[in-house]
Amino acid sequence: MSPRSRRHHGNPGLVLGLALLGIVVLIAVLAPVFFTGEADALGSRFAQPSSGHPLGTDAAGHDVLLRGLVATRLTLVMTVGATAIAVALGILLGTGVWLMGPRAREVCLRVIDAMVAFPGLLLALVVAAVLGAGGSSVVIAIGVAGIPYFARLTANLAAKVSQREYVRTARLLGVSHPRIAIRHMLPNMAEPLLVLSASTFASTLTALSALSFVGIGVQSPSYDWGKLLSEALPSLLAGRPFQMVGPAALVIVTGLAAILIGDGLAAAANPRTARRAAGRRGARDTERDTPVPRDEYLVDVQDLWIHSGDKPLVKGVSFGIRPGEIVGVVGESGSGKTLTAMSLARLLPDGLTLSSSRMAIGDLDLRWPVPPGLMAETVSLVYQDPGSTFNPALALGTQLTEVLRTHKHIGARAARRRMVEALQAVHLTHPERRMKQYPHELSGGMRQRAMIATALATEPRLIIADEPTTALDVTVQAEILRELERVNDRLGTSIMFISHDIGVVRALCHRVVVMYRGEVVEEIDAADLTVESARHPYTRALLAATPDIDRPVETLPGMAWTPEAAKEHSHG
Amino acid sequence: MTSPDATEIPGLPPPASAGDRPTTGPRRLRQPSSPWLGFALRRLTGLVTIFLALLVVSFLIVQLIPGDPAAGIAGANADPADIARVRHELRLDRPVWERFVDYVGDVFSGHLGTSFKYRQPVETIIFNRLPFTATIALAGIVIVLLVSIPLGMIVGVLTRGGRRTWLDTTFGVVTGFLDAVPGYIMASFLVVTFAVGIGAVPLYPPAYTPRFAAQSFVLPIASIVIGPICTVSRVVRRETAVVLDNDYMRTAHGWRLPAHKRYVKWALPNLLTTTLTLSGLILTGMIGGAIIIESVFALPGLGSGIIKAILDRDYPVIQGMVIVIGMIAAIVNLLVDVLLGLIDQRTLGGSHVSA
Repeated sequence: MSPRSRRHHGNPGLVLGLALLGIVVLIAVLAPVFFTGEADALGSRFAQPSSGHPLGTDAAGHDVLLRGLVATRLTLVMTVGATAIAVALGILLGTGVWLMGPRAREVCLRVIDAMVAFPGLLLALVVAAVLGAGGSSVVIAIGVAGIPYFARLTANLAAKVSQREYVRTARLLGVSHPRIAIRHMLPNMAEPLLVLSASTFASTLTALSALSFVGIGVQSPSYDWGKLLSEALPSLLAGRPFQMVGPAALVIVTGLAAILIGDGLAAAANPRTARRAAGRRGARDTERDTPVPRDEYLVDVQDLWIHSGDKPLVKGVSFGIRPGEIVGVVGESGSGKTLTAMSLARLLPDGLTLSSSRMAIGDLDLRWPVPPGLMAETVSLVYQDPGSTFNPALALGTQLTEVLRTHKHIGARAARRRMVEALQAVHLTHPERRMKQYPHELSGGMRQRAMIATALATEPRLIIADEPTTALDVTVQAEILRELERVNDRLGTSIMFISHDIGVVRALCHRVVVMYRGEVVEEIDAADLTVESARHPYTRALLAATPDIDRPVETLPGMAWTPEAAKEHSHG
Repeated sequence: MTSPDATEIPGLPPPASAGDRPTTGPRRLRQPSSPWLGFALRRLTGLVTIFLALLVVSFLIVQLIPGDPAAGIAGANADPADIARVRHELRLDRPVWERFVDYVGDVFSGHLGTSFKYRQPVETIIFNRLPFTATIALAGIVIVLLVSIPLGMIVGVLTRGGRRTWLDTTFGVVTGFLDAVPGYIMASFLVVTFAVGIGAVPLYPPAYTPRFAAQSFVLPIASIVIGPICTVSRVVRRETAVVLDNDYMRTAHGWRLPAHKRYVKWALPNLLTTTLTLSGLILTGMIGGAIIIESVFALPGLGSGIIKAILDRDYPVIQGMVIVIGMIAAIVNLLVDVLLGLIDQRTLGGSHVSA
């Protein structure tokens, strides 16, 4: 809890929301105690605002301001009651639906959908018509009317959560359904549900006041804000707007407080916005003296640094890739290999700063802005997870041809024909039909072939493949690797192949760059990649650890290796 | 997902519906006409079900009145003859199932009963009032979508990855504030400013000539769209942030697609699925908003009609309006789902919840 509450401190919206709500609650507690008598006292009717009556008096001669304050308690109690009904029963229903069998779930969702299709306010009017006008009947009415909405949004959230790996795993392990709901699903839905509750509170307040406003809610002699507003409407139309100011301001402030709290919670829960404090600076290309270009290399990176704030993530990396060469970059997660590759593609995530003394592909200097078309013809990427790299909402053909249409400036039909050929070239079955399909209709291997086909479409000089086979099963892995090898053979495209699987790298690559904690610790020919000939202990540790290299290397027996000790080994 | 899953294992929860399951075999290569067919059938059944549910609910309104409905409806000052008349008019003197059968028969033949108060057929009353509500609600929904989606997206794009914190904060505060203003207070404010204050728009037009009618709709529509525009554009802004963070946006960036293609062609369809799923609810809610707003502006629509009827205990009118307003809402919801299906076919299968 403590790290979260610390984050809340930095969120002005949340603080303001809580403060406003605190004031309103205070009014609700105190005003009826002190002002009930005065609020019921009668004075002159329709008095203009004065020091005695800051907002004037109403048609019966009541003080408008005091009545607004006193009405706070009844309004809040009613709102909380109706919100509680909607939230509690909505969560119960929404979560329960996802724990049912598929058939029962389908039926229940249909019923919820039908109820949602029924405007909440209309449902409330039905209940009010049956129960008759009155405060408690509108609380029940609005509460009940809010259940389907909340249940459906909970079901939406549950649908997402229940497809996550850990919930599916728990199901397969036979964990009981209520337990899955309480242990796995609810905690992961808690933040959005809290946000939804806050907005439900705001909408409940509006709806309850609206019913009182049209005369169906609270009846005389009781009064809530809605009732006061409806009493003020004739005055307003007669040109005396003051009577409306008090209750209107209170309704708005309370609703605003609820919304601010909801937003604040949402922002605090969202690591993207919470991280914002880290700050974002533009690329900070320091004017180091440019080293001599190394002619033999297509890709030439010298002294590349990547910082997140003040923390260096990549520390002075230098390497090169020759034309037609496949260079493997290996290293454990967090070693900086993906960041290095992404900076080469000019796709560094926001918030990171980059500096280097030389970063070029051919004669293209990547330290300065490069036109997108030129960039597309220079570097292509194949990503790790083919499940998420394609846009789920667009047919595959639409996405694949977009590259050609954008950069080769050819028409839709020609692009389609070219892409079908490209898909054939990477041995994707039924290319014509695949183009009409959506990404989710293809297997991971098929999608990765399609990705390679697109990567080739702009005839780039370099393909960066970032763990392209990690998410695939072994047989498919081999086929995709063969495809990359063929591309390299046939077209002579250089490939930067990122992997943490040193076995794969040894089989595919010509040369290997080993990275550890943001530094290149060894560059070695793939043929020499054996425990015997690798010079650097980390490389040897990686090799020894193959195939199980996900364990921290330092914990391997007899491999007490530290970066400090490594300094002595480093290639200098 | 086009069909009930053949690979489902009984007793186990179903595999991911629209997820990452590799799909093989000719089953997947069917032409895409079937999802629409299934969708049409399912939603038609849905509409019929909603209609039947509305029939039951509207029928129950009278039956559920505590005590003797006839005495309750006739009012405190009614003499036994009045009560007997009401009892006979509502057929309360006959068994429940017989009443229900008659009620359903009447509704299907287009007779919604006779108003107690106006001595007019309910269908006439509804027919006269329908255009006002339909205009406000439908124009409102279209305006909300046309304004809030571009607005939310632009803000989402400009503030992506923590850029322009000031804009994010301003947007949050302004929309949050306007959102907190209930429609009828917004209406009152607009009336004060534009009708009473500067007199730009007539508050109560002298006659419903086309010109005055068009003018008299400006304030009511403005008052019901402002809140939903804020809500929906906030949803869109949030979804934009989520969508822009997806791998496929990085792919589009990696392909060096120009910004307008990335945002409009790549991000927008993904935004719309979530946005419309949520907005369907908000838009349905706008019909409720229209009900209240009509009372403020004294527009002779269904909303002010049903409230008047509740206060007058004019039950045949309440029943008829519940059915009609409920069906309007169901049709709006259906239209939203058709729109969703056109944007992203995956939403057609099963429930939208799986999208």
